[in-house]
Amino acid sequence: MIELHINGSRVRVETDPERTLLSVLRDDLDLTGSKYGCGEGQCGACTVMLDGVAVRSCTTPLRAAAGKQITTIEGLETNGRLHPLQESFLEVESMQCGYCTPGMIVSGAALLRKNGNPTRAEILHAMEGNICRCGTYPLIVLAVEMAARRAKEGRK
Amino acid sequence: MTPFEPERYELLGGPAYDFDLDRRDFFKLLGGGIIVLSMISDALGQESGVAGRGGATSRTPREIGAWLHIGEDGKTTVYTGKVEIGQNIRTSLTQVVCEELRLPMESVQLVMGDTDLTPYDAGTFGSRTTPDMAPRLRSAAAAARELLIGLAAKTWNVDRTELIADQGHITQHGAKRSIGYSELTKGQKLMQAIETPPTTSAEWWQVCGKSAPKVNGRAIVTGKHKYASDSKLPGMVFGKVLRAPTFGAKLESVDVRGAEALPGVTVTRDGDFVGVTAPSEQVAERALAAIRAQWKSSPQPSGRELYTLLKAGAKEPDLPQSDVQIAATYTVAYIAHVPLEPRAAVAQWVDGKLTVWTGTQRPFGVRTELAQAFHIPEAQVRVIMPDMGSGYGGKHTGEAAIEAARLSAGARKPVKLVWTREEEFTWAYVRPAGVIDVASGVRKDGTITSWEFHNYNSGGSGIQTLYDIPQRKIEFHRSQSPLKQGSYRALAATANHFARESCMDELAHAVKMDPLEFRLKNLKHDRLRAVLSAAAENFGWGKRKPEAGCGFGIAGGTEKGGYVATCAEVAVDGSTGAIKVVRILTAFECGAILNPDGLKNQIEGSMMMGLGGAMFEAVEFENGKILNPRLSKYRVPRFSDTPVIETVLVNRKDLPSAGAGESTMIALAPAIGNAIFQATGKRLRSLPMAPNGLKTT
Repeated sequence: MIELHINGSRVRVETDPERTLLSVLRDDLDLTGSKYGCGEGQCGACTVMLDGVAVRSCTTPLRAAAGKQITTIEGLETNGRLHPLQESFLEVESMQCGYCTPGMIVSGAALLRKNGNPTRAEILHAMEGNICRCGTYPLIVLAVEMAARRAKEGRK
Repeated sequence: MTPFEPERYELLGGPAYDFDLDRRDFFKLLGGGIIVLSMISDALGQESGVAGRGGATSRTPREIGAWLHIGEDGKTTVYTGKVEIGQNIRTSLTQVVCEELRLPMESVQLVMGDTDLTPYDAGTFGSRTTPDMAPRLRSAAAAARELLIGLAAKTWNVDRTELIADQGHITQHGAKRSIGYSELTKGQKLMQAIETPPTTSAEWWQVCGKSAPKVNGRAIVTGKHKYASDSKLPGMVFGKVLRAPTFGAKLESVDVRGAEALPGVTVTRDGDFVGVTAPSEQVAERALAAIRAQWKSSPQPSGRELYTLLKAGAKEPDLPQSDVQIAATYTVAYIAHVPLEPRAAVAQWVDGKLTVWTGTQRPFGVRTELAQAFHIPEAQVRVIMPDMGSGYGGKHTGEAAIEAARLSAGARKPVKLVWTREEEFTWAYVRPAGVIDVASGVRKDGTITSWEFHNYNSGGSGIQTLYDIPQRKIEFHRSQSPLKQGSYRALAATANHFARESCMDELAHAVKMDPLEFRLKNLKHDRLRAVLSAAAENFGWGKRKPEAGCGFGIAGGTEKGGYVATCAEVAVDGSTGAIKVVRILTAFECGAILNPDGLKNQIEGSMMMGLGGAMFEAVEFENGKILNPRLSKYRVPRFSDTPVIETVLVNRKDLPSAGAGESTMIALAPAIGNAIFQATGKRLRSLPMAPNGLKTT
């Protein structure tokens, strides 16, 4: 029995701790927002946050997530309010098929968490491990910049 | 060896037989309201049946192209066999319906690609949704609106010309009265079949022609949107399939006792097909690893001999008689589609009826494949296509659907099968590789006098030249392809434009003319001239010289009714040979524009995708094995590869709308190659042009 802290709730799962976090999230807990894309941590579609840091859940064994705060795409919305980056993704429409979008948003949200005012180069660097085959990269960069700008204006 | 499958989607039609079914069967489930059927005209119906495969029955009458239902609950539902794969048609088709029905976007829902609920459709490919399905839905919606106006006129006993439809209501302005669409039918079910009634001209569009937010955007950004691989059924188990170690290998013997000993595992064997199911993916993987199989492999071709194989037996073109002659050979490598969502399916058998949820561009085609694989009538197969993590031409086939269905029959439970990335790279199909020979002659004044063009294997799309050349010989030659190949976004138009537009650049330099001026001198076609000029003007072509180590290139062309020109700027690092595509500008014209933001996104996205095939993507293989079947070994474009991308939309409201998902990318590779030539004096004639940068010598 492993206790997990996911999106602010405690969940107990009885399973092999060597399974990937991604498969437990998707298959056992029905949190299918995190996607499988490559299984080797190369595409970022499975990105979640562990204690606020972006990790690839497809290469993270379940035991490594125990005792940590796990945030998935489903946990970014709070009390019906979208995360600022979710808002800006909608506004800029930084998506086509949308399959990479959850991983992109979680990676971007993790970046904004530690760096509220990233330069373009910092955004490219932080997002380099996330692939969008539809090619929406320029619009994703715009969305991250917009969310950062709004957060800054909000703080003033 | 797999036989060549040329431009495979163009060969696919519907089933050859279509037994009569009372179409009213479909609508039993629907409540009161208005149903409009959009009929396919006789000529079209016959044409689409010609290429069909025999012996199949269809539950949906073939003569219906789409239908829509305006319910008494106030909801309007549109049924189309087209599917959403990231090209944004769920939104653009909703716009079209709202335009004619005078409804807000949120009150219309699209049911797409469900073989039991939507009319037959050959598939979503070839940029046909905008030119075919959009006018069809537009007509159906317009007919529904006229029907509603007629009902209101009858209810109030007034002339219909006094009434207008707006925001879901019919209003008589003079009498200041208004009635909601849903109140007009009063429990009746009214059905009308239409062909093509008059619809709103692009000049008068209110909803179309403007950008509309993606209809399911919120579900996507919150992770709630369900793709095929997110499907789940009660009691579902997870499947894995035993794969041959090399292409063409035959299974000699197999021992599955180790797998069967694992808890909850079922092994299914059917000829060379061996697969397992288990309560979790992890146990399914273990079970697969526990199978002991002996395979007999036979020698298979390798990548280093690819171009020789494709051109086997061909003769070189003769050099033409002219002031200046050029003969050059171009090659394009196999590339993979790499949709971020690999092939996936969930299959379930209930009382002999098979239902499969799967990501495919051809739900009706997959239904046929399933019916044939299991020797059952198509009426016993339902394919449901949730929106998918895209395809780019790579998901026309139903491999995962068939495998999941076979495993489900063996396990007697619903089965989910998601291909691994390695399986997707190895067992899907690739974009055809090709060799293109060009020989051309040009007079000193820049007039092209002859053009000979031979494409081996990659395909015939976009092979014709629009330049005015008196003497031309243009041929596509089929070859035996070492790898299984099929459709890819823009098909061979990418290869043919790469060769043609690179060679045009070579000719321009040979006669010391500006490449744009040289093209325009040999081109009368208005629409191509217009985009070339628009691209050049906005790029600042001829206005400034590139800095040292940089170069500018231009290329243009046409495909699927769209006209495109791209200008590129590259920077080459003299010491490392690294090439950076710095800036891309693409001018595009596809008739009247439905959704400008959606179109701009398609262009930008196709530039990013095209960059991979132009610069570094190639599937490597040796003796029946793919050598780079992982994202750590097969490089696709990433954030840091992003150039400045600019788009210029040329809107021709006087012309019908053409699709834009494909043709936008065809001028990119030659524009980049031509820019590299200007920067370095090196002519790169192979795609990908620089997987490891330029060799510095």
